[in-house]
Amino acid sequence: MNLDTVFFLILAAAAVITAAGMLLNRNAIYAALFLILNFATVGIIYFTLSAPFVALTQVTVYAGAIMVLFLFVIMLLGAEKLPYGEGSLRTQRLVAIGLAVVLLVEAGYFMLVKQPGLFLNPAQAGEFGTVEQIGRALFNIYILPFEITSLILLAAVVGAIMLTRIEKIQRAGQTGGEEQR
Amino acid sequence: MAVPVAYYLALSAVLFVMGALGVLVRRNAIVVFMSLELMFNAANLAFVAFARYYLQLDGQIIVFFVMTVAAAEVAVGLALMVAIFRARHSIDVDQMSILKG
Repeated sequence: MNLDTVFFLILAAAAVITAAGMLLNRNAIYAALFLILNFATVGIIYFTLSAPFVALTQVTVYAGAIMVLFLFVIMLLGAEKLPYGEGSLRTQRLVAIGLAVVLLVEAGYFMLVKQPGLFLNPAQAGEFGTVEQIGRALFNIYILPFEITSLILLAAVVGAIMLTRIEKIQRAGQTGGEEQR
Repeated sequence: MAVPVAYYLALSAVLFVMGALGVLVRRNAIVVFMSLELMFNAANLAFVAFARYYLQLDGQIIVFFVMTVAAAEVAVGLALMVAIFRARHSIDVDQMSILKG
């Protein structure tokens, strides 16, 4: 077993452990912090796959911006812990775990048995995945999808504002009606 | 000798299954959302691994689009959470049964 494989296995173990921590923790804030650790670990794995720009975007956008949004909403709502309800999920939980095992076996079969021994050739890596190459691809071949993402983000911004403002508009309308009466 | 690409795909599969399990099992809607992010992340890992294996940049470009869609989804989803929490004072997915006939 060479050094690369050992390094990968350490990173993979860290990623799986942090994902399990997110799954099992009852407190949503700790779950979010575990997920940030998981994203950072996967970012390091991107570095080993000669994708430095993807790795940095992962850390800034995912571990930075998106998870801050999560933490902000959790703290805003004070919803880090659910009150203990009646355990209506007991049987569904067993079914879910069984189905997850089936999915894992299937995915493992297709990815490990059907694709054995496809090694990444380190000699070929060289200049692959530099920021310049990504920029050229993004602004030449992928310019149309790149522009369309701006529409998606605009729709998301408008949608988020509308969803959180509806109640206020209704309340303003109601008080206006009362004043008229 | 380098790392086989199958190792990366296996890690991706494990992370995806853990995310799917989180969506199915957890009751806190925000944690369900975080599990969704974990699944996006697993798919991204497979994209980057194949981009590295075939030495094609397209896999890495797709990851940026996936990240954009994930960010938009999180923004709208968390706005929905805030709206639901205001109306019902709970984000337990078990109790979101108001549409049930």
